[in-house]
Amino acid sequence: MFAHLSYDVAHLIGATVLMAGFGLLYQRRLQAVLNTFAFQALALAAAAGWQAHVQNAPHLWATAGIALVFKALLVPFALHWLVERLGIHRTVETALSIGWTMIVGVALVALSIMLVLPVTAGAAALTRESLALAMSVVLLGLLMMITRHNAVTQVVGFMALENGLILAAVSAKGMPLVVEISIAFSVLVAMILFGIFFFRIRERFDSLDVQYLETFRGDRQ
Amino acid sequence: MLIGALGTLLVLAFLGAVLGRDKRTPALVHAGCLVASLALLASGLGHLGQPTDAATTMVLPIGLPWTQAHVRVDNLAALFMVIVNLSAAAASGFGIAYAGHLPEPRRVTPFFPLFLFGMNAVLIADDAFTFLVSWEFMSLASWALVLSDHTRAESRRAALVYLTMAAFGTFSLLTCFGVMAGPGGDYTFAAMRAHSLGPVAGSLAVLLALLGAGSKAGLVPLHAWLPLAHPAAPSHVSALMSGVMTKVALYALIRILMDLRGDVGWEWGAVMMVVGGITAVLGVLYAVLQDDIKTLLAYSTVENVGVVVIGLGLAIAFKADGKTTLAALALVAGLYHAINHSVFKSLLFLGSGAVMTATGQRSLGVLGGLLNRMPWTGAVMLVGSAAISALPPLNGFVSEWLIFRALFKGPTLSHWAMKFGVPVVGALLALAAALAAAGFVRAFGVAFLGRPRSAEAAAAREVPAPMTAAMAVLAVLCVVLGAIPVTVTKALDGVIEPLTGVRFSVSANLGWPWLSPVSSDWGSYSGTVLVLVGLSLFTFTIALVHRLGTRALRRADAWDCGHRESLPDAQYSGQSFAQPLRRVFAATIFRARERVQMPEPGDCGPATHEVSLVDPVWQGLYASIGRLVDYIADRVNHLQFLTVRRYLLMMFGTLVFLLLVVAIRQQ
Repeated sequence: MFAHLSYDVAHLIGATVLMAGFGLLYQRRLQAVLNTFAFQALALAAAAGWQAHVQNAPHLWATAGIALVFKALLVPFALHWLVERLGIHRTVETALSIGWTMIVGVALVALSIMLVLPVTAGAAALTRESLALAMSVVLLGLLMMITRHNAVTQVVGFMALENGLILAAVSAKGMPLVVEISIAFSVLVAMILFGIFFFRIRERFDSLDVQYLETFRGDRQ
Repeated sequence: MLIGALGTLLVLAFLGAVLGRDKRTPALVHAGCLVASLALLASGLGHLGQPTDAATTMVLPIGLPWTQAHVRVDNLAALFMVIVNLSAAAASGFGIAYAGHLPEPRRVTPFFPLFLFGMNAVLIADDAFTFLVSWEFMSLASWALVLSDHTRAESRRAALVYLTMAAFGTFSLLTCFGVMAGPGGDYTFAAMRAHSLGPVAGSLAVLLALLGAGSKAGLVPLHAWLPLAHPAAPSHVSALMSGVMTKVALYALIRILMDLRGDVGWEWGAVMMVVGGITAVLGVLYAVLQDDIKTLLAYSTVENVGVVVIGLGLAIAFKADGKTTLAALALVAGLYHAINHSVFKSLLFLGSGAVMTATGQRSLGVLGGLLNRMPWTGAVMLVGSAAISALPPLNGFVSEWLIFRALFKGPTLSHWAMKFGVPVVGALLALAAALAAAGFVRAFGVAFLGRPRSAEAAAAREVPAPMTAAMAVLAVLCVVLGAIPVTVTKALDGVIEPLTGVRFSVSANLGWPWLSPVSSDWGSYSGTVLVLVGLSLFTFTIALVHRLGTRALRRADAWDCGHRESLPDAQYSGQSFAQPLRRVFAATIFRARERVQMPEPGDCGPATHEVSLVDPVWQGLYASIGRLVDYIADRVNHLQFLTVRRYLLMMFGTLVFLLLVVAIRQQ
């Protein structure tokens, strides 16, 4: 009975993370993108916390804490601050229309399920579902990176991809904490680097649209 | 003895590298090579006389940590050891005196023994690893020798083309052995013999062997490097590359197609015959048009390799058809021609080296009248030219005659394509043989007869005795191999029996000295009788003439065709000899065009006559591959200038594609 409940709740939270991933693709305003991302990170923290509770694994609490503090609070706030500070255009500029992005996203989720479920036939039901969900989130994050022009949205796509990895990590039993911590810190470092990068681009081009970068590379005349 | 001789070669190479500065080193190293090749020759000859299934095997602890070098000398290897070391001994002997005349002997001395070592090691290798390492040894050492005259731009280009083609050939052979070794990955030849392949893998192995060995042997269209590289090396090395290294490639072909793979289909025999026929005709057509005497000889090598490959292809076709006696005949013919070609081609290249030593020139356009000035060289070159033109009673005639005898039996093959195709190949071979004779009449006539066309040719002197001695030995061999054909075919019996299952002498039952393949009732030949009859007639005529004729000496002017005082330039030149052939054959194949430009009346400028040739193989194959590579490189170059998002898109696309592949394969 209880096993059933834990499975259902984990499934629900995982699905929420995935829904948030779709939400990221759907948003047309930068602020909303950041809020959705914060929500995804929150859901991820909840997923980690639930796994810590179910698996009785205290180190997953640390993961949940890291997700909550860094991803749900620090990163979104920092990005909000950057957007305001730099006075960035608040619209999401898309390379592929939102409708098509959603359709491709659905196809990617179908692909992940098709792929993961047969591969992990021997594993526990929870792991299988979670892995399928996590892989979908990863692919959606990648999709976001390639279909959005703005550097901020690309960073958010990258972070969402990260979230997918962590989701996969927490649902597999026996993931060492040190790996999670190193992932978390690398994300933070990436965040700082991106921030500096933003300032530099902004100074040069008065915009964060990465299209401007294309004409400014040493190897192109 | 075998290993000792090979070790000696390595030591000599080392000595050549270390003591390169000393003036005497080149002669010393070449003398050492002479001794080592004589030892190897004796070892090969000794083995050839042994029973058919005798094979000396050895396992040497050389190679990568987990591999060992397997060595095996059977009759086939022994035969090719004889071929290799016969010419190697002559070339080494020639080199003792010749290496001193080279501009930079230090660039030759260390690599010459290495080259000999590589060729011998290929022959005795009994696993793919040893084989390929030795093969590369041979390729790279000869590459270094081609590059020895590095100041000439043509040499550098030739070396580059050669290196590319050598890499291609080795890559093909490597893949071929990989296919034959199968998934087990046992690289010994014994395992490959036992391993049977499916139809696709079997065909792939044969194709790769043809590409790999064919590129080294100079089969059209993989011959492009050969006429560049062979002439660029010093002459005694050219003799080995042309006379011997192509034979090592043919050995690889025979070893793979007839020993390691016993069940090659008749289709591949047909392919080899067609390729061989085209190679023979194209090679000789190129040869008759050349002005450079060494390039001419190199193209003639292409022709002769084609002739041998026709014999091998025919042997494979007969064998696949179950006609083992005829397969034995074709194989004997091919091997006999390989032996003969190694002898007379080495002789001719050494002769060209002698001409270059005496005159410093190698263009037919500036030679002439050398017979009076270099009587020995002229005489041996005449023998070599007659032998390569397949004139009886010399050796070239016997082997080409045997190949024709085998070709005439082609219609007995069961497949209709072969019934009709074999005579066509026969016609190609006949054309090639006739053109070869024309080409060598031209080469010998222009270079040695007539009057000198330059001051260098007029001042030529006979080369030192060791050089003429080396050439004379080969010239005598040309006569001997032609005069005792039955002895040679008997010696080949032990080689062909393991490959075809029968002995050749079964079908030739008239007994010594009559060579009577196929039937004892018709079509038999005896070089021995011919030589004896010819000699006695010759002696008789001489005696008669001396007896009846007057001994008074008369001097008179030569018939000058009505021209009073003709300049040497007014003689027939190499170009004018080639003109009829060029107009008949090359107008279509090479798109030969002539343009005559006459000056206007009153204009003092000279009239010009230009000939332009287009090499169809180079333009059609190599140049278009080059253009394709350039085009692709151009396209791919754009990938360096994509946006960040595009790179991400490509990674994403690849990832999704691979995931899709996995997902679909699971269903």
